[in-house]
Amino acid sequence: MDRAGVDRTAWAVIRVLAVSCVALLLLIAGVLFSKSIPILSSVPLTNLLFSSKWFPLRGEFGFMAFIAGTLMVTLMAMIISVPVSLLTAIYLSEYASMRVRNAVKPLIDLLAGIPSVIFGIWGVAFVVPAVRYRVAPMFGINTTGYCVLSAGIVLAIMVFPIIISVAEEVLRAVPRSLRETAYSLGATRWQTVKHVVLKEASVGVLASIILGFTRAIGETMAVLMVVGNVAQVPGTVFDAAYPLPSLIANNYGEMMSLPLYDSALMFAALVLLLAVAGFTVLARTLPRRVARLQQ
Amino acid sequence: MKPSAVEESLFRGLMILSTALVVGSLLAVFASVAFKGLPALSVEMITQTPKGGYYIGKEGGILNAIVGSLYLAIGATALSLLLGLPVALFLTEVCGDTRTASYYRRVLDVLCGVPSIVYGAFVFTIMIVLRARASLLYGIVAVTLFEFPLMTRAIDEVLKKVPQRLRETTYALGATRWEVATRVVTRQALPGILSAFLLCFGRAIGDAAAVLLTVGYTDNIPTSLSDQAATLPLAVFFQLATPMPEVQQRAYASGIILLVIVITLSLASRWGSKKLTRYINR
Repeated sequence: MDRAGVDRTAWAVIRVLAVSCVALLLLIAGVLFSKSIPILSSVPLTNLLFSSKWFPLRGEFGFMAFIAGTLMVTLMAMIISVPVSLLTAIYLSEYASMRVRNAVKPLIDLLAGIPSVIFGIWGVAFVVPAVRYRVAPMFGINTTGYCVLSAGIVLAIMVFPIIISVAEEVLRAVPRSLRETAYSLGATRWQTVKHVVLKEASVGVLASIILGFTRAIGETMAVLMVVGNVAQVPGTVFDAAYPLPSLIANNYGEMMSLPLYDSALMFAALVLLLAVAGFTVLARTLPRRVARLQQ
Repeated sequence: MKPSAVEESLFRGLMILSTALVVGSLLAVFASVAFKGLPALSVEMITQTPKGGYYIGKEGGILNAIVGSLYLAIGATALSLLLGLPVALFLTEVCGDTRTASYYRRVLDVLCGVPSIVYGAFVFTIMIVLRARASLLYGIVAVTLFEFPLMTRAIDEVLKKVPQRLRETTYALGATRWEVATRVVTRQALPGILSAFLLCFGRAIGDAAAVLLTVGYTDNIPTSLSDQAATLPLAVFFQLATPMPEVQQRAYASGIILLVIVITLSLASRWGSKKLTRYINR
């Protein structure tokens, strides 16, 4: 084959490979959906999503407890993580000296690389007892410590590096000249950040938060180990919960033993997939959309 | 003090506090895993497989899980590189900045965000259809699926940074696109590709959710792709789930081993890409 022939053939093969990634996403969604059809056709969708009756033995599949568990744990994590991460990102991009930045950034990258199971055992060793013996008694509440709050704390730390690194990049992309203008008008550093930098970067910062949220929704092992895994709609943050990923991880072994049970678990996976896909597209599309509007 | 100065120092204080909290939480994780695990850490942990009664506190180690994790991560990461590098080259060298490229990137971003448990569930479903049992092979497939989009996007970002004039110079010499991609762009991006590889390797070693559903668990070292395999995260998880305090302590010791591997990879990626960067054209 001559050189032009090699060129054509190679790219033709690779194009097929690239197209098959798109196909992979559709395939995963398709397989999970087709597996969910039995449960979707035998239980009305409103019951699936909004009933909290979870009795697989009797054929009652209400996902409310799991959806509520996922949302509460994720929200808890975001409440802790968003302010801390954003303040850290602002500090690193606007205030910190080169030396501090160069010392802190590698540590944040390292935090991003720690396996989730390590966060899980840390949660069991440290967070769970702390919540049980220190935090809960302050509110006069009895808890095992395996609860929404513990899972939220562990998850918040896992989300730190994602929000920090994306937000910091967005903040640094704000043109120097805008800051100089604000300083020349007599603004303090914080006033510049508040009125100029954050305003300019707001959409990107929002995208960083959404990306953190997506990561938190699907996190399995660390949450599974500290959240208690009780199928109930948690009343307070000191109650145990049972998020969707834990449901799949704990029960895949028995899913063939009951009718519709496998279908129910695949429906749970489908819900996760759709939620994550929606939020990711939102986070990636939003900044560009808004930039186009502003032009 | 003026109100603006008060606000300034208040927020500066909060920022320093937040940064300290983030760094502190990293140190807290290291410290409490080390504190709990060090007493149980021994040479046998990394040189022996579990002996009879290991899970009630008798002798043995977790060599099975260490080797299983390495097999799994090497297999999956090599496969992802094999798939990811060509796709990344296709995006930067053929699609360029077109709309097509941004659609592909969007799809890859979605795939990057899909939780590993969903990949696990997907492969598990395929296994049921094929009537296959859990094995190293399906573990590698599941981990490859979730690692390959990460790898592709990471390499894609590296390739974008290769200076355009290098490509143009090579085209001017009469090279085809394929030649430019393989002989110039890939070589220029080698340090970045190495970091992407090590980053993904770390992810593969640390993943537990996709593997939980697909790879099984065994006390033996796998000898073929159709064997079940143990992995380090699963070893940590299962040992902690036992009722015996001695075995639970070994979960933390296994955690230390896992952490040491992950940190070494992270340092190697930093050092390696710095070292290699000397040889590339800027």
